[in-house]
Amino acid sequence: MAKKVVIDPITRLEGHGKVEIFLDDTGNVEHAYFVIPEFRGFERFSIGRKVEDMPWITPRLCGVCPTAHHMCSAKTCDAVYKVTPPVPAIKIRRLFYNMFTFEDHLIHFYYLGGPDFVVGPTAPKAERNILGVIGKVGLEVAGQLIAMRKEVRQLMEDMGGRVIHPVFAIPGGITKALDKDIVERLKTMAGHAVSFAEFTIKVFHDIVLGNKDYVDIILNGPYYSVSNHMGLVDENNKVEFYDGPVRVVDTKGKELYKFQPADYLDYIGEHVEPWTWMKFPFLKKIGWKGFVDGEGTSLYRVAPLARLNASDGMRTPKAQEEYEKMYEVLGGKPVQHSLAFHWARVIEVMQAAEEIQALANDPDILDPNVRTIPTETPSEGVGFIEAPRGTLIHHYKTDSNGIVEDANLIVATAHNEAIIAMEINKAAKALIKDGKVDDGLLNMVEMAFRPYDPCHACATHSLPGEMPLRITIKRTSTGEVLDVIQRD
Amino acid sequence: MADKPWVAFYWCGSCGGCEEAVVDLAEKILDVVNAVNIGFWPVALDFKKSDVEEKPDGFFAVSFINGTVESDEHREMVELLRRKSGLVVAFGSCSHMGGIPSLRNLYDVRDCVNYAYTKTVSTVNPEGTIPQPRFKHPAGHETTTMNLEETGKALDQVIDVDYYLPGCSVPAHLILDAVMAILSGNLPPKGSVLSPSKALCSVCPRQETKPEKMQVKDIKRHHLSEDDGTCFNAQGMICMGPATRSGCGSPEKDNAPRCILVNMPCHGCFGPPDGTLDQGLAMLSAIASDLDYTPDEEADIDRIIEKIADPAGYFYLFGTAKSLIHGRPAGEGKTKPVEVPKEGGA
Repeated sequence: MAKKVVIDPITRLEGHGKVEIFLDDTGNVEHAYFVIPEFRGFERFSIGRKVEDMPWITPRLCGVCPTAHHMCSAKTCDAVYKVTPPVPAIKIRRLFYNMFTFEDHLIHFYYLGGPDFVVGPTAPKAERNILGVIGKVGLEVAGQLIAMRKEVRQLMEDMGGRVIHPVFAIPGGITKALDKDIVERLKTMAGHAVSFAEFTIKVFHDIVLGNKDYVDIILNGPYYSVSNHMGLVDENNKVEFYDGPVRVVDTKGKELYKFQPADYLDYIGEHVEPWTWMKFPFLKKIGWKGFVDGEGTSLYRVAPLARLNASDGMRTPKAQEEYEKMYEVLGGKPVQHSLAFHWARVIEVMQAAEEIQALANDPDILDPNVRTIPTETPSEGVGFIEAPRGTLIHHYKTDSNGIVEDANLIVATAHNEAIIAMEINKAAKALIKDGKVDDGLLNMVEMAFRPYDPCHACATHSLPGEMPLRITIKRTSTGEVLDVIQRD
Repeated sequence: MADKPWVAFYWCGSCGGCEEAVVDLAEKILDVVNAVNIGFWPVALDFKKSDVEEKPDGFFAVSFINGTVESDEHREMVELLRRKSGLVVAFGSCSHMGGIPSLRNLYDVRDCVNYAYTKTVSTVNPEGTIPQPRFKHPAGHETTTMNLEETGKALDQVIDVDYYLPGCSVPAHLILDAVMAILSGNLPPKGSVLSPSKALCSVCPRQETKPEKMQVKDIKRHHLSEDDGTCFNAQGMICMGPATRSGCGSPEKDNAPRCILVNMPCHGCFGPPDGTLDQGLAMLSAIASDLDYTPDEEADIDRIIEKIADPAGYFYLFGTAKSLIHGRPAGEGKTKPVEVPKEGGA
């Protein structure tokens, strides 16, 4: 009799996703499905709106990473109006964006992904959370983390109007120049940011890399998929968060494509499945080949590790130093071990901090010239940005009055979804044997999610750092509940 | 522990920004957080629906519910929380007025779904596959997702609501005030919006530049116009301040509206002042009285009004569900979608 196992974050929390696992008659896994029960309709209702409202509308897709949508949307509006913001405006946008990346990555490292490593993957569940991290790194550090986050977020509010849903980026620039007071605070904060990034790298080295068992898990654990990788790069093929062409490398690390955002439709397609509301992006020139990784696959990954794999290095010196260390330890490029996303994220924290420091000390950011008023007739534009969780794509077409006629949005989490689904399937097959569901399944499934920091779990950044999960084992035919396992 | 009131948080169709707002607050006011027991908060704590079901009715002193009601599971959950809670507070613009997600009410929900999965330009879907609430895979596995509501709804279009905390997102000082009021029992009449009712203009730093008599000669788009630092509406750029309640600004910044502080006109996320039937109509009325015209210049008025591109986006960006023109409840608690012309909005 076939059984069905449902891993459901409580009540199918919107945006969180659930896993449905089917067992054959002997109690072994036939297939595990990763299901997203969420649909918002943003693309359709963007039609008819003023294009300058898109930087207001699209951040409501995600209030945890609204800055990515806000900034990507403003850049797309620049393209729609064929307007280039003045240099000071671009520098301030970049500064703001690096502050966001810095802060968001830190929260992920310490609160969500970090507990697996800092506390230890085999530590008791009760300790594998932010409190366990505090226990390991010390209360003083926790205080510094909270103070760091507060300092950055307060500055973001003063610059952007709000920190949750900023409003200051508009077609052609930003609405408000920086005054001397804010710039002084930015310089002070930048110093703290670089020190905190250095400290974070040290934590990673001392606690994670200093422990052979942890390195073994990264290199030999089940979290491994052979995929292509995508990310934005600068003119030297270095990792770029705000702008640049898109670079895709293949499963061996060789450049497959390098294209301008405006040409993305030649390279990226989205596949639809009837059992989930998430679409699955793939490399269009290769074509959809199903949920299959390995050489020749059309699946690719995005976000920290993928960005590093798709690049030739980091833009800043301290981050570059760490980039070289990572590839040395993990055996060269590309790294396909999913848990290395955590290391790559820490390296990006350093690049963001160094970029903040450079921009905060750039005299241009005090220039009051922060807007170019658009004069061209609006038509069509594509914008890419690297959200913390990967490449984010906005594409709008408008009429000559700037009213949206067509909108397309590919959110960062979507690109990784097929690989996440496959890694969850693998974990389920490894951990459910002969009808016995190993208690470790909960954490193994979580560990498959966490490296990618997917948006449907990202709000769990905030508190204990563990997705609330429940597994119900059911007999499909009768609906009888055979077993319930849940996190206490 | 037993003496402390139990509190629940829940999110419907939400971006998570309201959860983030609570977390930001928690870092600031641990003492308030310590004054309550949190009995349900799916994003952060492992309590499940059955834990709520087994509680006696009225068990929670208060439930804070954010997000737009968009699917059957949202509806089930808020109906359950209503029974189990003494007070229900609609938390944030989506719950208060439908929010940005309720812009989907301008279109048929089926059209929204078809568009996303078959018409968006990067979608490769020759077979026209559409995600299903329930799907039987070829291997015989049946997986389930959810059923969409016909329209996105504000919370009080589904359950009885006691108080409203406005804003997208709700600012920290209003959350703190509300929690203090609930803890002390010093509450305003049921149905109150927990934010000052005075129009936003009353606390606007540009207020003193607002002329005695407005003489608006043209409507301008903000991003296409120079901003001279004076009242946006006097400059002809639509600012929702006259039709929007105040309270968004931090007391540390003299309550000045947070968007206007960075030179962005108000988009109305706090909803209208008390006694206003419809935020958009109130704004339209304000615009009409601001226009500089004499009765024989009606053609000019038409010309100016035509320049209000996308009225729905201007007037109901955060409140389509609660507007008079869209999202009115019609039978069985469902709302009938209203067809609107593709261009020209409402």
